[in-house]
Amino acid sequence: MSTEHTANGHGNGHGPVAADHGHDDHIHPAPTNFLKKYVFSEDHKVIGIQFLFSGLIFFVVGGLLALAIRWQLAWPWSPIPILSQALWSEQGYRMPPEFYNKLFTMHGSVMIFFVIIPLLTGAFGNYLIPLMIGARDMAFPKLNMFSYWFMWPAFIMMTYSFQVGATDFGWTAYPSGTVFHEASPGSQTGQTLWLGGLLFAGISSLMGSINYITTIIMLRAPGMKMFRMPMTVWAMFITALLQAFALPVLTSALAMQLLDRTVGTNFFVPANWSVGNGPVRVGGGQTLLWQHLFWFYSHPAVYIMILPAMGVVSDVISTFSRKPLFGYKPMVFAIAAIAGLGFIVWGHHMFQSGMNPALGATFMLSTMMIALPSAIKVFNWLGTMWGGKIQFTAAMLNAMAFVSMFIIGGLSGIFMAATPVDMHIHDTYFIVAHIHYVLFGGSTFGIFAAIYYWFPKMFGRMMDERLGKIHFFFSFIFFNGTFFLMHIIGMHGHPRRIADPTVYEYLRTTGTLAMNQFMTINALLLGATQLIFAFNFLYSLVAGPKAPNNPWNANSLEWTIESPPPHYNFATLPHVYHAAYEFSLPNADKDFLPQTEPRPLESEPLDPVMA
Amino acid sequence: MRYWHLVFAFAAVFVVGTSAYSPFAADWWLPGGPGPDYTHSVSTFGKKIDSLYILILIITGVVFIGTQIALVWATYKFADTGPNRVAQYFHGSQRLEVIWTIIPAAILVFIALYQMGTWSDIKFRTAAPRVQPIAEITARQFQWVMRYAGADGKLNTPDDVQLVNDLHFVKDRPALIYLKSGDVQHSFFLPQMRIKQDAVPGLTIPVWFDADRSGHYELVCAELCGWGHYKMRGNVTVHDTQVQYDDWMTSEIRKQSQDQLVSAPATGSSGN
Repeated sequence: MSTEHTANGHGNGHGPVAADHGHDDHIHPAPTNFLKKYVFSEDHKVIGIQFLFSGLIFFVVGGLLALAIRWQLAWPWSPIPILSQALWSEQGYRMPPEFYNKLFTMHGSVMIFFVIIPLLTGAFGNYLIPLMIGARDMAFPKLNMFSYWFMWPAFIMMTYSFQVGATDFGWTAYPSGTVFHEASPGSQTGQTLWLGGLLFAGISSLMGSINYITTIIMLRAPGMKMFRMPMTVWAMFITALLQAFALPVLTSALAMQLLDRTVGTNFFVPANWSVGNGPVRVGGGQTLLWQHLFWFYSHPAVYIMILPAMGVVSDVISTFSRKPLFGYKPMVFAIAAIAGLGFIVWGHHMFQSGMNPALGATFMLSTMMIALPSAIKVFNWLGTMWGGKIQFTAAMLNAMAFVSMFIIGGLSGIFMAATPVDMHIHDTYFIVAHIHYVLFGGSTFGIFAAIYYWFPKMFGRMMDERLGKIHFFFSFIFFNGTFFLMHIIGMHGHPRRIADPTVYEYLRTTGTLAMNQFMTINALLLGATQLIFAFNFLYSLVAGPKAPNNPWNANSLEWTIESPPPHYNFATLPHVYHAAYEFSLPNADKDFLPQTEPRPLESEPLDPVMA
Repeated sequence: MRYWHLVFAFAAVFVVGTSAYSPFAADWWLPGGPGPDYTHSVSTFGKKIDSLYILILIITGVVFIGTQIALVWATYKFADTGPNRVAQYFHGSQRLEVIWTIIPAAILVFIALYQMGTWSDIKFRTAAPRVQPIAEITARQFQWVMRYAGADGKLNTPDDVQLVNDLHFVKDRPALIYLKSGDVQHSFFLPQMRIKQDAVPGLTIPVWFDADRSGHYELVCAELCGWGHYKMRGNVTVHDTQVQYDDWMTSEIRKQSQDQLVSAPATGSSGN
């Protein structure tokens, strides 16, 4: 990539970076029509905010589903406030067991496909990538618009499926239960709608990822070398690559299951098979095939859900430690290593599945090794804070919570990577604890950090820091109260996805019951704490104090323009001189140095390996 | 504002404290708690799995405590206390990167290699005990159909005995079963023996286990299998001696022939 540039500041002569069609010469005027401006917008900022709002709305839905799950586990079959009155007044206010299965199936599906992935890649990916690399929009604005609106058929199908009996075979949708309509109430129309919804959500992600990759490769501002991009952009870039290569496999698997269900193909149906006294199908397929295809996407999906948050957290920690990111390039390589290894660990979801145990041993090795880049990242975050001048903003606290909780989520992964230990904890609450330490303790605290950090840029108003800290404090406490004990009951053998643990003698004990109740009370409090966040978010949206351009004294490009950024972002394309982490330069008049300002001539050259 | 390190410290203490306390809780039996009853896993594999678990718990515990102390200390020591505090300007250290890459890598490779043998002993088909299977177990919505070898000790003969949700085997002897599914996916889980194996439609999977103490245990379905998944429970009885097991089998055979009025008397042809 050419890095030479002329000093005329008109975007000429920058090699392939931005010389294509003279950006400066024709800035498209902003649309004036309401529909084109706010609804079917092609502006990456509006699309990002659309993803943000729909993601947060579904966060509420997914959270309420989780609370109903917790209620049932703590007090099995006792009436759930509101829900029981509304739905089961004729059945003695008891939740039917298949409804419990619907709850966790939809909780997982909604949180993964409608909340975490769209919030991280959809909302923050869209909003931040062009701003942080100094571009005026995505490479394909119209495709970007489609990527949002393709989510809507998914939203509608999944929401409508509650009306006809939502699917109840888990978000993993293992056949043959999901292929045979007789297997369970949710295996009828609900499962078809689920498959259709996921197909749309997947296509939306694919369109987004193609856009991100192209934008990052083609539209970087002059001087924005790959190794000057903020970690957030690096993480989004690698995430987009993961999506682009893994999603086609899930898409084909979804199509195959849909065909199995609707036109009688037999990809996942064993020979001469029937379920629930239904008609015998000729079969000839393999149910394990689904698991391979599903996890080939869905394991990388876990990294799709955590890598962008890692990027965000790196930027936030560096900014609020007022210190350069420790080991910028090793951090990039660690993310790349996680992504690369992420493609060869899917089998660790299948250790007990009947897959050849020898194959399990190889997946065990790759799974152990993927802990390594994660560990390197943690050490680098700690190294970034070490010797800094830490400012405890709401964003910083959430980012630190990410580090602290991701350590637990990462370390518990080693237990299940060890195949013999996994024999016992597989399909127990230990796994549920692990995934929530990664996806709530990690990704969700990362999302909170991102919202607190970029809210001023997105909406031109500041969020209330005091409320932000109160929200963080209680979220952090109740999060641990909700999820940590799951490790313990999991090691005690408490299976996941069972509506009533008291069926089993070894779970009908005071310790396990009390722990389940303790977790549920914490979950209810955790849910209530989010009301503080909702109030802060909505109130600040309309009445927060006006945000300056650079409220956090950060270095990356989005802070050099107004809050919120104008249509087309940059009046003149910025010129970038260094990575975004030049904080606390010795003998400087301020403790930060925006990417658009060159480093002082007398400063020592940057370490070529680390920075 | 100045006390945020305490919040992170509190979480770490909570995590360590609950983990340390849990084996002492009254109803605890995993893994290897100090209580008088159910004090250990009852199977050979279970003990290996538990010791592996404890090894990993120690390694990860040390890492956890170390990183949390670093985090809390950094939060306390390097807090923004005013204009006098100046952040250091450095971009990293190659030496540190190398150290904290190689040491964790070595530990992870050690764990990976160390446990390989246990895994192959429990699951590799070449490690299956050379004994006659005691039963063929077919998981269906929502019960475990168990077809025992009957008096001749051989499966798929006319004297096979069919029972539901009732697993019997003898102490201190490897028990081999063939696991199948009759409809959707299930998972055969003996928590006290630390054994888990999915029952997969279309596959027949051998599973083996033992127990060093007689008594009653539970069989759990660990893979979501439909609305009744939560109650797909089986009883497990471990007999002290083969004689007791045979007596039980004889009574079951008698019961079955009375119940069904079928003329399938124990042939005893194999003289087993």
